[in-house]
Amino acid sequence: MHEMSICESILGLLQEQAQAQNFSKVERICLEIGPLSGVEVEALKFGFDVVMRGTLAEGARLDIIEPEGTAWCMPCGQTVKIEQRFDACPECGSHQLQVTGGGELRVKELEVN
Amino acid sequence: MCTVCGCGEGEVRIHGGDHHHHDTGHGHDHHHEHGHSHHHHHDHGHGHGDGAQHYGEGPAGVSVPGMSQTRLIQLEQDILSKNNAYAAENRQLFAERGILALNLVSSPGSGKTTLLVKTIEMLAERFKPCVIEGDQQTSADADRIRATEAPAVQVNTGKGCHLDGHMVGHALEQLPLVDGGILFIENVGNLVCPAAFDLGEAHKVAILSVTEGEDKPLKYPDMFAASDLVLLNKTDLLPHLDFDMDVAIANARKVNPQVKVLRVSARSGEGMEAWCAWIEAARAMQLAGHPAGEAAQ
Ligand SMILES: Nc1nc2c(ncn2[C@@H]2O[C@H](COP(=O)(O)OP(=O)(O)OP(=O)(O)O)[C@@H](O)[C@H]2O)c(=O)[nH]1
Ligand SMILES: [Mg+2]
Ligand SMILES: [Zn+2]
Repeated sequence: MHEMSICESILGLLQEQAQAQNFSKVERICLEIGPLSGVEVEALKFGFDVVMRGTLAEGARLDIIEPEGTAWCMPCGQTVKIEQRFDACPECGSHQLQVTGGGELRVKELEVN
Repeated sequence: MCTVCGCGEGEVRIHGGDHHHHDTGHGHDHHHEHGHSHHHHHDHGHGHGDGAQHYGEGPAGVSVPGMSQTRLIQLEQDILSKNNAYAAENRQLFAERGILALNLVSSPGSGKTTLLVKTIEMLAERFKPCVIEGDQQTSADADRIRATEAPAVQVNTGKGCHLDGHMVGHALEQLPLVDGGILFIENVGNLVCPAAFDLGEAHKVAILSVTEGEDKPLKYPDMFAASDLVLLNKTDLLPHLDFDMDVAIANARKVNPQVKVLRVSARSGEGMEAWCAWIEAARAMQLAGHPAGEAAQ
């Protein structure tokens, strides 16, 4: 669904960078997509090919790094791993969790020429 | 297509309807600092002064095989940074003018427009609310709002499943905003996508109608995590359903331990006072230290 507009945002960013950093072709793009970013990686891959067609990033290789979801558990006073926003603390079962990682939605690096 | 900045917005259409042209002196001055870089002339060539060498570029910018020099760029840039920049501009405008902006999000049909119409009837005299209506198609919801006399702009997103900061920025140009007033933004009915797109609002308010089931906060956690208030709407229907209020609230808190929850019925009016009190409190926060707030004392 909104993976399409995420891909369009990526394209806009690439076009901006192409001007700023003088390149005309993107060979590879590396994204960081956290499990709590609200983006479905499979849908993103599909949308990427569609949106990049006929652009400077047509046929570019898409690498995706998927970091872990993490949260700060207040009762435990420590960082714990979570997979979903509604997960309980795996240590104490509390829901008093403050998400600290996993929301990443970032372009990490590009290979261009 | 925006005629001012030339931004191709695809199928997006923004129409203000025949709203009376208040000469407020601010509504229509399109000031576009957000630089859309739509010029696609990449001036290729050599010796750009950036030290980089550019090899083997044919006339169409196609690299000649065997001569290309691939380089690595460490970017570390947020994909939504552009949207966030538009949202930040909107937020600054709201701060400067002491306007409370609320972004109403829910699945289709949970009662956003009905609730807004009721809310506007209760608040209009004091706070002069304006409304931005987001739907894929039709201006039906903006028409329903205008029937209350509140100014409304309809944004049709076409295939887009959410509003974004840029669309809202353009819609704002068409509204007779009042300092110290309230702006309601009704997002496209969709419990998934609008969560990711900041519009510059002070708060997202999620509306969940009791006919949708108490499991929705767990099935659509991003939306409930992003919202500061959940309105459980259509409580007048509770006698006909086996909706468990306590479970719904517990589920919302699993996703968002701090979230406030209010039960309302746009039909019977239950909880509407509490909702309006929440709005007033949020507005007071927005106005703290703002001249429009002191004038209103
Ligand atoms: N019984 C009851 N019906 C309601 C209530 N609020 C809204 N409705 C009905 O729910 C239906 C949908 O309401 P809308 O206000 O159009 O919902 P919406 O969220 O704006 O819908 P979209 O903009 O299409 O996503 C209408 O038939 C309303 O009359 C309520 O509190 N109780
Ligand atoms: Mg509606
Ligand atoms: Zn714990």
